[in-house]
Amino acid sequence: MVRPTLDSTFRLLADRNEAALILFITGGDPSLEDLPTLIEDLVEAGADALEIGLPFSDPIADGPSIQASSQRALDRGVTPRAVLEAIGRARVDVPVVVMGYLNPMLQMGFEAFADRCQAVGVSGVIVCDLIPEEAGEWVQIAQSRGLATVFLAAPTSAADRLDAVANASCGFVYAVARTGVTGSQAEQANESERLVADLRVRTSTPIAVGFGISTPDHVAAVSRFADGAIVGSALVDRLANSGADRKDVLDWVRQLKAATHRG
Amino acid sequence: MPDSRGRFGVYGGRYVPETLVPALDELEGEFKKAWAEPEFRAEFSRILAEFVGRPTPITEFRRLSERTGLHVVAKREDLNHTGAHKINNALGQVLLARRMGKTRIIAETGAGQHGVATATVCALFGLKCDVYMGEEDTHRQQLNVFRMRLMGARVIPVTSGTKTLKDALNEAMRDWVTHVRDTHYIIGTAAGPHPYPEMVREFQRVIGDESRQQYLDRYGRSPDVGIACVGGGSNAIGFFAGWLADPSVQLIGVEAGGLGVSTGQHAAPLTAGSPGVLHGSMSYLMQDEHGQIVGTHSVSAGLDYPGVGAEHAYLKDSGRVHYEAATDEEALQAFHDVARLEGVIPAFESAHAFAPILKRGRFAPGTRVLVNLSGRGDKDMEMAAKLFSLQSQDPAGA
Repeated sequence: MVRPTLDSTFRLLADRNEAALILFITGGDPSLEDLPTLIEDLVEAGADALEIGLPFSDPIADGPSIQASSQRALDRGVTPRAVLEAIGRARVDVPVVVMGYLNPMLQMGFEAFADRCQAVGVSGVIVCDLIPEEAGEWVQIAQSRGLATVFLAAPTSAADRLDAVANASCGFVYAVARTGVTGSQAEQANESERLVADLRVRTSTPIAVGFGISTPDHVAAVSRFADGAIVGSALVDRLANSGADRKDVLDWVRQLKAATHRG
Repeated sequence: MPDSRGRFGVYGGRYVPETLVPALDELEGEFKKAWAEPEFRAEFSRILAEFVGRPTPITEFRRLSERTGLHVVAKREDLNHTGAHKINNALGQVLLARRMGKTRIIAETGAGQHGVATATVCALFGLKCDVYMGEEDTHRQQLNVFRMRLMGARVIPVTSGTKTLKDALNEAMRDWVTHVRDTHYIIGTAAGPHPYPEMVREFQRVIGDESRQQYLDRYGRSPDVGIACVGGGSNAIGFFAGWLADPSVQLIGVEAGGLGVSTGQHAAPLTAGSPGVLHGSMSYLMQDEHGQIVGTHSVSAGLDYPGVGAEHAYLKDSGRVHYEAATDEEALQAFHDVARLEGVIPAFESAHAFAPILKRGRFAPGTRVLVNLSGRGDKDMEMAAKLFSLQSQDPAGA
C-alpha cells in the first residue's frame, strides 16, 4: 500500500492555505474489525492525516480518555500486529502515522516493527516515551524503511531541547500545546503559539499542535500559526459514545476540517 | 556506574515524555551539585541522626541462628522513624526539592511505607504532599493511609489498570507531566528514569555503608552472604552498595515469588521476566509476548511491582548478585519465625529476605549471613491476624 508522504501532504495543504487536520484514534477501539472502515470514514469527512494509537498497558503520557480506550482494546485482545494489519486494509490516500510506546516495539523487534509499518503503508511513527537522545538505533532503522519519526516538543523545553527535537523530527514536529497528558483542559493558546514560533526559527519541517484540542474553535486558533492541528481525546470520547451510527461524529469532523481553512 | 546517560550497561536510560526532560535535567544537575557539597551531606546526615534515629543497629539473631545452624545478623532498618528504610530517600529528595524551589511534592506508594515517609518529611518542612496509591493497596494497607492523612498528605486512590503500585506510578508520572514546573516527584524506589536509580541508591547507601562499618567493627570480618528483598529494589541497592566492592561477600536479592514462579502469579521480573522499558527505564519486566505489562501477585504490597531498578538488571547479568524468589508461603513462614524467635516483627516485604536462610541446606552450616531487615511489620498486622488466626489464643502455623 503506497500512500502520500507527510511532506507532500503538508506542502499541498500549505499551497491551499489550510492547516492539516490530524485525527487520533486508538487502534482496536471501538472495534478492530471496523478500523479500516473508520479510517476511511474519517478521511472522507476531512481528515488530512491519521494517527493510529497502538494500545499499551501503561500509557503514562495519556489522559483518562485514551487510557480507557487503550484498555478496552487490550481487553479485547488487540495486538500491535493486528492493528498494523488493519491499517493495511484501509483504502485511503492520506498519510497514516502510528503512535505508541516503546516497549511493544522493542518486543516485536525494531526491524520487524519497521518492516510491518512499511508493508502496510504507514508513513511515520510517534513514540511517546522516546526522546531524540535515546532514539539513535530506532531512527536509523526507520529511515532505511522510509518511515518518518516524529518527536514531541514541550512548552517546558529549553533552547537545547528544542534544537534536539527540531533536528531529529521528520514528517512534522509534534508541538505539545501545554504541559500535561493528552486530553486535559484546553486554552493556553499563547503558550503553544510561542512554542511553534520557537520551533519555526529552528526548522523548516512542518509543525503540528496537539494535546487538549477539542473544538472547531481550538482548531481554528491553532491553524492560524501551525501547519497542523491534532485532535485525539475528544474524538476518542465521541467514538466511544456514538455506537454504530457515526453520522454525528463525522459531521463534527467536517466542522473541524472547515476550521483549518485560513482564508 | 551509571554512565553520563544514566546507563548501567544496557539498562537504565531515560524513556519519558519530552515534557519531563527539563525537570530530569534540573534534578540531575541539582543532585550532582548537592551530593558533592559537604554542607549538603552534613545536613542530610544530621537530620538522619536527629529525626530518623540513625544509625540503625545490627542485631545478632541468636535463636534464628540456632534454628538454622547459620550465623544470622540483621541490619535493623525497621528501627528507623516511620518504620522502614524509605525515609532515607524521601529525606534526601525533599532536601533537593527545597533547593530547587519546588513547593509541591508527589509520590507513589505500594505498601504505604514510602507514602508515609514522604508525608512525614513534607510535614517536617511544611510542603504540600499528594500521594498516589492503588485502590487495592489503600485497602490492604489502610493504617498507612490514616498515617499519611494525619500528617497532612492527600492520598489519591488510583483506580486504573491493576489498581496497585504500577498504576500509582503511572498516575504520579501523569501528575508530574502536568505540574512539572512547581512539583517534585519523589519516586520511592530505585527504578524510573535517570537520575532516579543513581540518586535513590546514593540516598539509600547509608544502609550498606553503616552495616559494613558495624559488621567489621563487631566481627572483624565480612559476612559470607548479604541478603535483601527486591521489589523496585531501593533497600537492596542501598544495602548492596556497601558490599559490592567486597568480593568475599555473596549477595542475594529475593523477589516476590507470590503463588510460585511457575504459576505466573508472582512479582519476580529478575527471576522470571525479560528486558524491556517501563516507567522511564530499561530493565527486567513482567510482560507478555506483545510487550504489554502483565499483572503481578504478592502478599506484600511493597513488592507487587512488575519492574525493577535498572542497576539490579545489570548486577544480575554481570553475575555479581544472585536473584531468586520466595513464595508468599515461604515469606509468611519467615515472618512468623522471626517474630517468634527474635521478638522482631518484620514487614512482609522484609520477611522475603529471611526465606533463603530457612531453606534447609541452602547454605553450609556456620555460614555468616547479614540480612537487611528493611521495615517493620506493624502495617501488616491486620492481614497477619487473618492469616495466622491471631484472634484466638493459640495461633496456627506455630
